[in-house]
Parts: sequence; C-alpha cells; structure tokens
Amino acid sequence: MSEPVRREIPVTALKAKDFKTDQEVRWCPGCGDYAILAAVQGFMPELGVPKEDIVFVSGIGCSSRFPYYMNTYGMHSIHGRAPAIATGLASSRPDLSVWVVTGDGDALSIGGNHLMHALRRNANLKILLFDNRIYGLTKGQYSPTSEVGKITKSTPMGSLDSPFNPISLAIGAEASFVARTLDSDRKHLQGVLRAAAQHEGTALVQIYQNCNIFNDGAFELLKDADTRDDWTIRLEHGQPIRFGRDDVKAVVRDPATGSIRVEEHVAADDPRVVVHDAHNADPAYAFALSRLSGTDLRYTPMGVFRSVERPTYDRLLNDQLDQARAAAEPDLAGLLAGGDTWTVYQ
Amino acid sequence: MQKEVKRLDRVVIRFAGDSGDGMQLTGDRFTAETASFGNDLSTLPNFPAEIRAPAGTVLGVSSFQLHFADHDIMTPGDAPDVLVAMNPAALRANQGDLPAGATVIVNTDEFTTRSVAKAGYASNPLEDGSLSQFQVQAVPLTSTTVRALEEFDISKKDAERAKNMFALGLLSWMYNRTTESTITFLQEKFARKPEIAAANVAAFRAGYNYGDTTEAFAVSYEIAPAPLPAGTYRNISGNPALAYGLIAAAQRAGLELFLGAYPITPASDILHELAKHKRFGVRTFQAEDEIAGIGAALGASFGGGLGVTTSSGPGIALKSETIGLAVSLELPLVICDIQRGGPSTGLPTKTEQSDLLQALFGRNGEAPVPVVAAKSPSDCFYAAMEAVRIAVTYRTPVFLLSDGYLANGSEPWQVPSVDSLPTIEPGFIREPNGPDGTYLPYLRDAETLARPWAVPGTPGLEHRIGGIEKADRTGAISYDPDNHDFMVRTRQAKVDGIARSLPPLEVDDPTGDAKVLVLGWGSTYGPIGAACRRVRRAGLSVAQAHLRHLNPFPDDLGEILRRYDRVVVPEMNLGQLGMLLRAKYLVDVIGYNQVRGLPFRAAELAEVFKGVITDV
Repeated sequence: MSEPVRREIPVTALKAKDFKTDQEVRWCPGCGDYAILAAVQGFMPELGVPKEDIVFVSGIGCSSRFPYYMNTYGMHSIHGRAPAIATGLASSRPDLSVWVVTGDGDALSIGGNHLMHALRRNANLKILLFDNRIYGLTKGQYSPTSEVGKITKSTPMGSLDSPFNPISLAIGAEASFVARTLDSDRKHLQGVLRAAAQHEGTALVQIYQNCNIFNDGAFELLKDADTRDDWTIRLEHGQPIRFGRDDVKAVVRDPATGSIRVEEHVAADDPRVVVHDAHNADPAYAFALSRLSGTDLRYTPMGVFRSVERPTYDRLLNDQLDQARAAAEPDLAGLLAGGDTWTVYQ
Repeated sequence: MQKEVKRLDRVVIRFAGDSGDGMQLTGDRFTAETASFGNDLSTLPNFPAEIRAPAGTVLGVSSFQLHFADHDIMTPGDAPDVLVAMNPAALRANQGDLPAGATVIVNTDEFTTRSVAKAGYASNPLEDGSLSQFQVQAVPLTSTTVRALEEFDISKKDAERAKNMFALGLLSWMYNRTTESTITFLQEKFARKPEIAAANVAAFRAGYNYGDTTEAFAVSYEIAPAPLPAGTYRNISGNPALAYGLIAAAQRAGLELFLGAYPITPASDILHELAKHKRFGVRTFQAEDEIAGIGAALGASFGGGLGVTTSSGPGIALKSETIGLAVSLELPLVICDIQRGGPSTGLPTKTEQSDLLQALFGRNGEAPVPVVAAKSPSDCFYAAMEAVRIAVTYRTPVFLLSDGYLANGSEPWQVPSVDSLPTIEPGFIREPNGPDGTYLPYLRDAETLARPWAVPGTPGLEHRIGGIEKADRTGAISYDPDNHDFMVRTRQAKVDGIARSLPPLEVDDPTGDAKVLVLGWGSTYGPIGAACRRVRRAGLSVAQAHLRHLNPFPDDLGEILRRYDRVVVPEMNLGQLGMLLRAKYLVDVIGYNQVRGLPFRAAELAEVFKGVITDV
C-alpha cells in the first residue's frame, strides 16, 4: 500500500484524555479493569507514538471490550484469536504499535495455541493478559488459572484440573519478555508497561485483576496493607531480591544444588541472595522464579521476570522481502510467462 | 530401418507405477515436451495420499494421464489409449479403465511370481491370456535400463530408478516428441550429482533408441500441433495459476499480499508458490493452525493489505468463525478452498465439489459471502483476480473455489499481457467523512453499499470495529432490534448487489434451437463441454452454460433457466447447486451426480444428455 499522509502532530502534547473514547464503559462497577484502563490511558502519551499508529486487538471476554475505550485503531475480534490477528497486522505493518488485550480464558484456554506460538515467534506485540482466575462474561465458571477445588456453577463439587502458571507457560514457550503486575498498583503497572513497550518483540504482561462479582478478593493477599509486603517479591533488574518487612526475606541460591528458594531470615551480607538478572540468557532462571509462587499467592514475584533480545518475526519477514527485491525487481510479465513458453503464429 | 509414421488426431496416455517410481515426474516431462510441440493438452495426476504406500500393491499405485491432440480439447480423456504399467499392481489398478484395443506397455522385469501375487493376480496376466483384447508391448524396462547404464559409476538401485526415464524416452520416440527440454531438465535437476544426471539422460536416450531400433515397435505416431489462437503459451496447473492470479490482482490493486495458511492437501502448493515471490511484496505466513492462518490474513487486511487464506474442506470448517468476523468487520479477504473428497478427512488427494454449501452457508447467523469458482486449471488465474476484485470493491470476504483436479491438472494457457489485466481500486479513505470531523466507519457507498476502508496510520480516522453488532454509520456497539434487522438486511443487500457488476451469463447454443440446457460450475466445465460436443456431433442440440459466480448468481440466470424445457446440472456432489437453483428459481432441474473422487467422463455425460434430449 502507499504510505498514508502523515500529519505533523506534537506527540508529547497528547494527554491521557486523548485516549478516551465517547463509548460508555460497560464493566461492572468496581471491576479491576477500570484501574487498568486508566493506567494504560495514562501511560500512552509516554509511548511517544501518534495515536493513529497504535492498534489494540482483543478477543472475547470482559477484558476484550478494552479496545472500544481506547481512542486508537482497534479490533474486538473473536474468542482466543487476537494474537493470531495481531501477528498478521504487526508483521505486515511493522510501523505500528500493536497491543493485544486478553484474559485468562481467552488467552490460556480457547486461544492457548495462538498465545504459545505468538510467544515463540516473537513478532512485535504487547500482550496484556488480565488474569482474574474466573470466567466473568459467561457468569462465573472456573478458568485455566483457577485454583484446584474452585466451587463455581460449572464445578459445584470443586474444580478438578490443575491451573496453568502463565509465567511458567510463557517462559516455556520461548517468550522473550515476561512480566507480572497488579491492577491496583498503578505505578508498578505503568512501570511494567514501559518496560514492555521498550522491548522489541512479543511481551507478555500478566496483570492480576480483581473480578468483584465472581471472584472478589482473589488477590487480596497481595493488596492488603497488612499482608502484601510479606508475600510480594519485587523483582528489579540488578538488585538483590530482598523483600518483606525490613527486607529480612530473600530469594537465595543453594550453593550445592544451584536451585533457588525463599528464606525468611537472611542476613544483610548473605552471599547466597540472588541478584535479579532479567537479561539472563538461560530461561531456567526466570522459570525458577516463576515457580516460587503457588496458586495461594504465597510468595508472588512481581515485575519483569525475563527480558532478552531475540530477532523479531516482523523484522525477519520484512528483511526477506527486502532481500528478494534487492536480488531482482518484480516483473509480473516475466512471472506469468515462466520459463517454458511457445508461440503460436497466425 | 525406416519405420512407418501414422498420423493421429488425439491420444490419451497413462503412466502408472509405484508411488516411488517417479510417474508424476515422467508425466510432467512428457507434458512439457507435448506443450512445447504445440499440441493442445489436458492432464490428470492421480496419486495416493500416502507418501510411500506399500510398494507393489494396488493401493500404492500412482498414475499420470495426459490427453493431447491436434485440436482444442477439454478433458484429460475418459480412457487411456496407451497404458504404461511399471509393475503388476499398476496394470491391475488401471486395467479396468482400458478400452479393447488399447496399447499396454508393461515392464516385464517386475512380473515375478511374487509381484504378480502381491498385486492380487491369481496368475500372471502376461501369460494367462487375460490381456488378449489389448496390444501388449512387453519390455524388460528395468533390466534394459540397468544394462544401458553399466558404464556409469552409480549403484544398481540408482540405475533401476532411472527406468522411468527409459520409459519416457520410449514414449517420446513413439509420439515423436522433442527431447531437448527433458535433457536440459535432467541436467538442471541433478546439477549437484553429475553422474546421476548423465545416467538419467543416458536412460532417456536408451529408451528413445529402443523404440527406434526394436522391431516390436514398428510404428510411431505424429499428432500435429493444434491451431490455437495466436499468442504466447505456457503449460500451467491450477494451483500456480491461482497463485499468479492473486499476485497479479494485488499488483493491479497496489496492495501487498498477505497469505496466512496451514499446510493441507491439495492446497499447499499455493503456499509454496507464493512463498517464492516475496519481491512482489508477498508475505507468506505458515501459521500454527487453520484458524491462525485466516486470523493473520484478516489482521493484514485491517492493516491495509490483501489478506488471503488457502485451504481445503476440513480447514475451511475450522475457519468458519473468522469468516463470520470478516463478514461483520466488512474487510477484504479471499478464502481459497481447494476442494477434495469429504466428509472429514475424506479423500485428501482426490477431487470433489462438495463444499459449495459450506462456502455459502457454513457460518452462524446471516453471514452472506460471495462465491466464485474456477472452471479449468488456467482459469484459476482469472477466478482469483475476480475474487480479489469483489473482496476489495465490496469490502467483504470472498470464497474462491477450486478443487483437486484443477489444482494438479494442467493445460496450455495463453499468457495474458499485464496491460490487459483489470485494475482494482482499493479507495482507502484518508479524510473524516462524518459531521464535525468525525469518522463513520459504517457509512456506505450508495452504489456498492461498501463501507470505507480506513487504515491504521491515517490520522483522525482512529476507530474500533468488532464482531458485536454495530450501529449503522457509527459502528458503535448496538443491541437495538431495528438496527440489527437493518444491518443484517444491508449486509445481504450488499452481497446481492454484486450481481449488478456481473456480465450476462454466456450460453453456448450454436444451433439456437436447443431445448435442454446443461448448467455446471467449477471443474466440470471440461467434461460437460466435451460431452456437449459429442451430443452435437450426434446431430442433437444442447445448450451449455457455466457459472463463475455461485453467490450472487448472475441476474439473468432465472430467465435463462426458464427458457429451456429441461435443465441438467452435473455435479461432483449429491446436488448442491441443484438444490440452490430449485430453491431460488423453482425450476425442476435434473441432477446428475457422482462422488468418485475423479472428474466426470465425457462419454458418460454425453449419454446422459442424449437421454434427456430424446426424452423431451
């Protein structure tokens, strides 16, 4: 296609309100999605991209209504398919900033295959996975991140199947960027969005999000002022992983086995304390971090688990086009005639 | 010795052997020699779905049939005049198709007691008189080839494998084909293995000389070039023709082509072909599944590209939900269904046209999708261009139907000049179209009812679209009952209105007094046309028409159907077009239906048509 005419606008002049639409937001009052929407709208000016170059693509579910509320280009697609649709868009239009908004059912159940392949393929996509551990829009069935034994309408005697750990799943799927944050912690959420936006390639951001109708308080342990510091492991690249009140807890590496674990009373100068390295090439490290937490949220790492450089699919694909063009100009007549022709004369 | 040369006007040859015997290659080479000689031709490859089915068994037989003539022909031929059987299984699998008097060239080396039994024969057919109605040419193909290659430094296995080139050489002598192109081909194919290249060329020449010098082959045949219209020709099969049609259409529209596809027989060759042409701005994306293939294509269309997905029946079933989304989003998208035998996995390598109703109706809700169908291998090019025209002009997904026979069969194609190809205008919107500088993504063109196509990157036209019902004009979410009723009817009216852009349906009725019309669609065009010629040669009148557009139908179709006393609709399904015609036009069409995985035989259709004509 020919390039659209680019209007000169001072990008920095954009405000959060420029990203709001005239659509009435239709989430339940008190839903964690509101906080995420406000955080994203607040972050967007910082992205430094004109809003016509930003696209939000979503699937189906409560979170997937998100694009309607962003004054950018957007597509509310079908259940689970947003990563596939966004891959086609991002790889044919590498000039765009493409964001996928999805949920735990959309991304991990019906769309699990697309998520997995998007992560290994590493096109330039930012995937925001709103994880509320429940199906909201279909009114409260358990999801692939629900804890075992969950009592819901579809599992009156308790759910039977073990949940996914989305961070572990993403690392196993060769993700180049994996992070976790929380709907109510705006500063942390925006910090993670910033890191994701700066990452070239597919970024998966798991956002713990409260569904106050069907799974209220699911992440209360990480939100309540009395408990959050005890159970939240803040990950900051280059910093020792210490947490808890007075930083007495830490993630330590066992010198004998090399495995990592949480210890509750660690001396300030203990050499076993792990210094977080999000750029560690070995995914085993980030995977080990992801295994520190169980579904009960006791010890939950928050922040960027992994951020490594890897060639992006869209760039590689477009490089191949450039190489092919450099080798020879397109010649449609030559293509149609092919090699073996014969001529019939009158 | 000067041998006799007889003139023939047409011949049908079938090469048959094990899946590993190289019969498709042999057929392709004979076809190339025949094409460059200037005959008209039509081919029918027929092979099992297994890559290497058990050797020596009937189910592992692969064949390639070629019909060539000094006049214009329409089908690969009903029955072979000449069968080349590389082993007993190949003979047994094809014997039933041979008319009395046919020539059978058999590789006698393979007719051991064990191989004969493995093929299911109770006794050796070369000795028990069961082939007495045929002219059998017994040739020890394998041993003669090995002997001819004794001086080469290659394994016995490699020498034996060259027997297909010996057979090709023999047939090339029999039909006075040119040999240079095959020699060049072999040298290029085995460029990295010069000894193998030289051995294959030697086997090919040995076969040629065998015909020239052996007394058993007393006659060779000449089929003069066909008087085709002046122009430049090439031989082409349906899948590359379809790929070229997509590229040409994208070029003529100024759009970049994006193919999202998952490998599936018999459509994969379109992916392979398009992957070679990145310099035309073609992006090919081998997706993780059929759904991602079409999803990525739709994403590319949203971004202002020409999204295309290719598949066959089972894959189309998986794509249904995304096709519905494309209907709702009203974005251009071309869905190519290279039909094969169904249901389910069905017959992956055999042809059928049983996805017509799936293409029309295989979605939830009222989800109209235009459908166009190709009628011959080279016609896949023009059908693809037409599918793109409709998709882009009307902002809609379009089904392009081909099938296994068109995909793999080939024919000469008069190469069009680029300037003669139609241009397509994408007409991207660049400025707001609503009040106060707003953008209304569902404000429609008065003539086509198409909505505007605003591409990300265009300032001021930021908008959101989705699969939920949209309000007229604004595209905002709407659950309003009257709006939904209006939108459903409007999407239908848009697709129905495509008929206004179609030319009148051509009816071939040379005498003008036919009382019976034969109406077809898709790959039955050749057999129906050949059958109509037979009927006319027998002194009867018959009219023929063939549908390019299955949705919407041409505006004059109803009137044409009512003009005839009887309408016969042959289809390789159980009557899908017939059902549509009855429903829409209340015309009592007569179906003639087969689902054998093979094209119709012209002779059989001719008898059906004659029966209807004499019955009127």
